[in-house]
Amino acid sequence: MQFGIFGVGDIAPDPVTGLPRSEAQRIQDTIRVAKAADDLGLDVFAFGEHHNPPFVASSPPAMLAYLAAETAQIVLSTSITLITTNDPVKIAEDYAFVQHLAGGRMDVMLGRGNTVPVYPWFGQDIRQGVPLALENYNLLHRLWREDVVDWEGDYRTALQGFTSTPRPLDGVAPFVWHGAIRTPEIAEQAAFYGNGYFANHILAPHFHFKPLVDFYRQRFEHYGHGRAEDAIVGLGGQAFIARRSQDAYDRFRPYFESYPMFRGSSLEQFAQNTPLSVGSPQEVIDKTLTFQEGFGDYQRQLWAMDLGSVPVDVALEQVELLATEVVPVLRKEMDARRAAGVPDAPTHASLVHAAYGDGQPRQARPRPNTGDNTSGALPYLDSDPAKPADLPRPS
Amino acid sequence: MSLGETPVHLVTVSAGTSEPSTTRMLADRAAHAVVTRLRESGRNVTTRTIEIAPIAAEVAQSLVSGLPGDTVQTAIEQLADADALIVSTPVYKAGISGLFKSFFDLVDNDLLIARPVLLAATAGSPRHAMVADDHLRPLFAFLRAIPAPTSLFAAPEDWSSGETTARIDRAARELVALVVSGVGRHIAGAGWHGYQHTFGGNATRAQRTAGDIDLDTDLMRLARGER
Repeated sequence: MQFGIFGVGDIAPDPVTGLPRSEAQRIQDTIRVAKAADDLGLDVFAFGEHHNPPFVASSPPAMLAYLAAETAQIVLSTSITLITTNDPVKIAEDYAFVQHLAGGRMDVMLGRGNTVPVYPWFGQDIRQGVPLALENYNLLHRLWREDVVDWEGDYRTALQGFTSTPRPLDGVAPFVWHGAIRTPEIAEQAAFYGNGYFANHILAPHFHFKPLVDFYRQRFEHYGHGRAEDAIVGLGGQAFIARRSQDAYDRFRPYFESYPMFRGSSLEQFAQNTPLSVGSPQEVIDKTLTFQEGFGDYQRQLWAMDLGSVPVDVALEQVELLATEVVPVLRKEMDARRAAGVPDAPTHASLVHAAYGDGQPRQARPRPNTGDNTSGALPYLDSDPAKPADLPRPS
Repeated sequence: MSLGETPVHLVTVSAGTSEPSTTRMLADRAAHAVVTRLRESGRNVTTRTIEIAPIAAEVAQSLVSGLPGDTVQTAIEQLADADALIVSTPVYKAGISGLFKSFFDLVDNDLLIARPVLLAATAGSPRHAMVADDHLRPLFAFLRAIPAPTSLFAAPEDWSSGETTARIDRAARELVALVVSGVGRHIAGAGWHGYQHTFGGNATRAQRTAGDIDLDTDLMRLARGER
């Protein structure tokens, strides 16, 4: 079971000063929180993608690459990477590159995004969001697994004899989580490929996402990846912790009440009806255990701890309480309650082992003098000769 | 048919704000007529009234936060269980009450598919007589409900008119005919996959399990890597 934190680099005015942080400050604050999560032994840090104010999260690969160098053990992920408005070729290249920089300490969560104007900024149309996401992932999946790809679809130019570089580290594609909150097609795609499925599990009633998670589990089994209970499920959540319950409510209330997403809501009602946990470490533990009861054994739990205007000192304190008081107990409890045989979330090491056993993993070596992607030869010394490139014939 | 069969669930929604409210009174008179006619046709009936005024703040809060509050959620579930509806709104500024519209804005698009609905409105002047047909009917057309052909309207002078009673009776007969025929159930059942649905929506009765999902669509094939 992996525990960690996720965020989207959002900026909201501080309820006391009325002033938002600068973008520069927000970026540095996020880095401090990520490094603290690494120091404190959390398993995952995930950073989102948005292209409009009040967010600074426009470039997760840049952020992840920097954090790869600045952290020691934590798995770096995204929450999310836009599979709709990013070219899947660029996603394949960027994240394979980061995967090398991070020594495999990286995976990716893919999502559609829901901001209408962002689509045309990148030449796309939100009304095609679902087919775009599905088609783009189909291509991304192949680009990481096949040295030479011929491909034709509806939403980008065709590819012939194309090689995405660099090849994934050790010849093993980054593990993919499909983030979805309403679309059965995305759950179907995650199940078809045997990928992970992540429900953001915030800003919605408790267990609102259970029907989709159940559907994914059922289809995961249908496609022969294992039993339904072995499917790779991740859940979000949001927490604010203090040693005494009432302090948690008192301290969190101004941030909650001033945050645009929660306008007009009562903190008590929101905490009761949604996955938001506010309270003592024990209360956060108890609430999180209900996730396991409701959704079944799952593999990854991420919390939003620094949404909006929570100052960095508070966020750091929250991450420390989470890592020292909450997660150790949850690790023990969830493991004890977990049914026999339910797998952990895949890591780079486990994927390499699954692919090669005790053998040597692949380190792709390009042939000399074929760097133009169109020369017809197989681009790597160890490329599969059974699958030659199908190149356009000169007319 | 006999009184022993599963009762018809009749739900009345009133957006009146006064006490007593003519909007509620019009809805109650319609409900009384509908219950009487249903019993005459051998059907048992249960009735329930949803008043929007007491939950007005929660309706507004649910709209801006995207998260239905407990009372709103209960009201939506009661709508989902209804076999027939009577909806009644006051006219404000030449249109239906914003409160009424806000409440129905919270309802999933497929919650009321092919559900028989009796439309009613009240106003301070007969000049607003077409509001029920001009404003309520399109709203319930969008929701793919089946509004009864006759809608109800009452201005102050209508409360002393025998014509109002006759009109209520006519509208009630229409609603009862739609309910008793089972046409709504037939339409929704036969064509369920043909309507747009929200999987796991906060109110919808269908699309909660894998069995509700059509796996044989172009998008589902695309999800499986096919073109």
